[in-house]
Amino acid sequence: MKTVNIKINGEPVEVEAGISILAAAKEMNINIPTLCYHSDLPAWAACGICVVKLENSPKMMRACATPVSEGMGIITHDPELHQIRKTVIELILSTHPNDCLMCGRNQNCELQSLAANYGIREQPYEVRLRDLPKDDSTPSIILNPEKCVNCGRCANVCQVLQDVWALEFVGRGENTRIAPAADAALADSPCIKCGQCSAHCPVGAIYEKDETGKLLEAIRDENKHVAVQIAPAVRVALGEAFGYEPGDISTGKIYAALRRLGVDAVFDTNFAADLTIMEEATEFVQRLTEGSGEIPQLTSCCPAWTDYMEKYFSDMIPNFSTAKSPMMMQGAVTKTYYAEKIKRSPEEIYSAAIMPCTAKKYEITRCEKMYSSGEQDVDVVLTTRELARLIRSAGIDFNTLSDEAADSPIGKYSGAGTIFGNTGGVMEAALRTAYNFVTGKELPELNIEAVRGMDGVRSGEVDIEGKKIRVAVAHGMANVGTVLREVQKAKAEGKEPPYHFIEVMACRGGCIAGGGQPYGTTDEVRAKRIAGLYKDDAAAEVRASHLNPEIQQIYKEFLGEPLSKKSHDLLHTKYTSRPLYQI
Amino acid sequence: MAAFTNFILVCGGTACESSKSDKIYKNLMHECESQGVRDKVQVVKTGCFGFCEQGPIVKVLPEESFYVQVTPEDAKEIVSEHLVKGREVTRLLYDKAESKKRAQIDEMDFYQKQVRVVLRNCGVINPEDINEYLGRDGYVALEKALFEMKPDDIIEELKTAGLRGRGGAGFPTWMKWNFTKKVEDDQKYIVCNADEGDPGAYMDRSTLEGDPHSILEAMTIAGYTVGANFGYIYIRAEYPLAINRLKIAMNQAREYGLLGDNILDTGFNFDIEIRLGAGAFVCGEETALLRSIEGERGMPTPRPPFPATKGVFGQPTVINNVETWANIPIILMKGGEWFSKIGTEDSKGTKVFALTGKIRNSGLVEVPMGTTLREIVFDIGGGIPNGKEFKAVQTGGPSGGVITKDYLDTPIDYVHLQELGSIMGSGGMIVMDEDDCMVDVSKFYLGFTVDESCGKCAPCRVGGRTLYNILERITEGEGEMEDLDRIKSIAQATQKASLCGLGQTAPNPIISTITYFEDEYKAHIKDKRCPAGHCKKLITYHILPDKCIGCGLCARRCPTNAISGEIRQLHTIDQELCIKCGECYNVCKFDAVYVR
Repeated sequence: MKTVNIKINGEPVEVEAGISILAAAKEMNINIPTLCYHSDLPAWAACGICVVKLENSPKMMRACATPVSEGMGIITHDPELHQIRKTVIELILSTHPNDCLMCGRNQNCELQSLAANYGIREQPYEVRLRDLPKDDSTPSIILNPEKCVNCGRCANVCQVLQDVWALEFVGRGENTRIAPAADAALADSPCIKCGQCSAHCPVGAIYEKDETGKLLEAIRDENKHVAVQIAPAVRVALGEAFGYEPGDISTGKIYAALRRLGVDAVFDTNFAADLTIMEEATEFVQRLTEGSGEIPQLTSCCPAWTDYMEKYFSDMIPNFSTAKSPMMMQGAVTKTYYAEKIKRSPEEIYSAAIMPCTAKKYEITRCEKMYSSGEQDVDVVLTTRELARLIRSAGIDFNTLSDEAADSPIGKYSGAGTIFGNTGGVMEAALRTAYNFVTGKELPELNIEAVRGMDGVRSGEVDIEGKKIRVAVAHGMANVGTVLREVQKAKAEGKEPPYHFIEVMACRGGCIAGGGQPYGTTDEVRAKRIAGLYKDDAAAEVRASHLNPEIQQIYKEFLGEPLSKKSHDLLHTKYTSRPLYQI
Repeated sequence: MAAFTNFILVCGGTACESSKSDKIYKNLMHECESQGVRDKVQVVKTGCFGFCEQGPIVKVLPEESFYVQVTPEDAKEIVSEHLVKGREVTRLLYDKAESKKRAQIDEMDFYQKQVRVVLRNCGVINPEDINEYLGRDGYVALEKALFEMKPDDIIEELKTAGLRGRGGAGFPTWMKWNFTKKVEDDQKYIVCNADEGDPGAYMDRSTLEGDPHSILEAMTIAGYTVGANFGYIYIRAEYPLAINRLKIAMNQAREYGLLGDNILDTGFNFDIEIRLGAGAFVCGEETALLRSIEGERGMPTPRPPFPATKGVFGQPTVINNVETWANIPIILMKGGEWFSKIGTEDSKGTKVFALTGKIRNSGLVEVPMGTTLREIVFDIGGGIPNGKEFKAVQTGGPSGGVITKDYLDTPIDYVHLQELGSIMGSGGMIVMDEDDCMVDVSKFYLGFTVDESCGKCAPCRVGGRTLYNILERITEGEGEMEDLDRIKSIAQATQKASLCGLGQTAPNPIISTITYFEDEYKAHIKDKRCPAGHCKKLITYHILPDKCIGCGLCARRCPTNAISGEIRQLHTIDQELCIKCGECYNVCKFDAVYVR
């Protein structure tokens, strides 16, 4: 590692060459205040709060965007900098509504913290608020431009991390705001509803559509049997809202909390993840051995990815696994198999899902296949953030809850099901079962290291009885294009596909960093949540989907076998090409 | 080819074109034809002569007759009198009285102190004919560079010349080029910043309109020097004439083997593409300009990385302003030594200014660095019209500041202007007289930058608008003394914490006017009075009883019927009805109306 010698506030230090002043200061435990900066993104250098001084220079530099260089003398804090930063914060506040008490980000807002830290008690400057309409056109997120501080994080996430380009700056000067191109409504834009914008917004300008009221209403309705499923990624993140570390597993407490809220049955999406593997792995093996479909097969469990594919890569539809996402499978079997078990009709069952994801709110009505039980298979989706609010409002002391178990017979899960929540996990789970389907044997080494890790694109080979299966994993929507273009190129040139199986998750790190997860997700947090899921997997009684006894039971009692007629009706879906803009 | 005995040069710059110089040109052609002198007289449409105040301008050679404010109808007389009969059309001459003995254009006050380096070909050649450029030693510098000089020699020559960037900041050009040259990369770019945007400034437009080949030649030389084979000219779409002439020049240069593949058979390839800006001022900021070329929204990005190492499409890029480019060929041709003799110790060469505002001879002037403001305003510009008092000059456009009477003898160069709280900028120079209110002037400039802020960074986006609104309140008599403190805090934050030059310099006009005219601010705030009599909300119009003869003209002209009075009796203004349009003041022939 090449290093440079610099001085921060007079203190000499040797740091890695090329890192930002902000990062160098952090190494010395000096916090420079920021607003627009986010570690997931290249420094955008907009807000002007992280300015620092260089010795012997009258100019101020942005700490987020200025690399350290040999001999640099940096001043991070002094009265002049304090004054400048305070003025900038005051100016930002002068165009931001101060209705903090009624804001979803109250007590969890980066601008509020800055105002608090700088002791801002009055507004010395003219207040100018913008009277702009909210965009609530999608089922997933709400954009409230009035609260926007133009930090640019959402647009950069949308463009740089996700390559979606739904959000962009429009207008000039103080009329600059964030909106889809040509001021289209979000629902008519390329937006894939991943909600990464909402997860990165430092204030309450873009946020998940709150649907906690719907669940409470269903619980209150005595005629409804309320069944709730929780997604894999929720268990390693919800606890953060109650003081736990990212990655701490709180599955049992979440089950308990849901029961305290008054739901009738608690299930786990991990069960349906195992179900997904049964269907998807069978589909894959058939494509591979019988040529029943296009190779490579692409995973289909992420609704944001599905939406992206339908808009940007619809030529890939034949490559898509027709298997529904675990959430939708869980909803379908809850309103059919489970309903039959408890002798209730599908319409009497209210099926709710706790998800790390805002796109899931969109998925539940995305096509007619989402009504396979005859009713809407999943009635409402709440994000992890919404569940945390519900638990608090219900006065539940989450931390002292005793672990409980999920209900049967669609609540038990394998280790393969739980790692659905992180990048590489679906691939690993599928391979564990596909191996068995081809060979009749269990994979000798269950941990498939080639698909683990955080690189945006990872690829490797897995040997299934002499056949080399080439797999790739991509996460963060912007990384997907590279892999897909490889596939398109091979296809156009009539060459053998570069991969047999590709896993895609829209969000960096996978669902554990979904758009509906607790705020403050960084790579550090991602790593901890991922470690939590792998720990859950390692500790599981069974670690492959086909070995889950409740999975074996549902096939025996209800579905028959993977890809049966019933499976097709309940567990599979279809795709359609969609335009980027609805005009 | 027939030998021409006379040449008629018709100014084809945008200002003269908008005063029908194209029609003048056509009429002259037609008249020459019909009066039978077509084979003796060549009519040439040239670039800007610079003396825009007196346009449209027509110059006849070899007599050097300088005809001003010519109309299309004058064509007939010019041909019949001057070209057929050999008699100057006295009534059209700039200096009618001295027409007999004055022949040299250089002797006109407007041109006498000017040194034309950048504008050397403007108003001299037909910019649409490459042969005329070649006839003025065009592309000799390129030939010299390609055949006689190594890239390092060229950089050394620029270093000797001491040329600094003319876009505003004044960064040494040789260093910029050298940074890019030293980066090892297969793909480098050359960019010409022709996104001239300062209000009232048109130096770059005139250069491109009058001498487009000099820019192409310079960019090609830069390409050879740093190892680039492609360039962009980023020019605002509002400059259609310049764009058209550039296109013509590029095509001709390609035909002559001076642009494109295998230039002058040396194996060196270099080509240029024009990119049109959509009129965002911020796109004159180099990083925003580069983003705009890439097809992105024009928003500045942090530096480092500097364009020299990571510019357009992430590749090393030399980006210079039009005027900087225009200096390159002549420096290579005449040598850095020659160039360094013009100007001052740290500011070499000349500077082109667009002299506008309350000035007799508005126009484009090129002077050696170090010329004083007094020389420009009074000697070249002819001073303030209408007997008014000089008050200040704004240099650097909306990014600069005012220079007052006390500093008229300051030599104009990068250092001195900065010391006075202004900047060189790209060359706008707006003269103000006693009627100009300094609070209103800073409001005008701030209004410009506020509208043109890209909205990216908070201090500029919010701070600029807040400052503007404070100024508006002050000019409307709603100011309070605390506003001066607010202005200072916001201005400081905006200067220090804005990302790009637009925001960093946006408060300059306000800071500079407060520094030199604090009393004027206080008069607005405390006394609710505008000393210049400009701010409508703070002035009232009155009629002097001892001067009013009761002619009734003011009452008839008043759009709101606020003036009443019997004929031959004293008239009075109803302040309730008066909208302060100033019409009565303007029309009164007896100076009976005054402003309080």
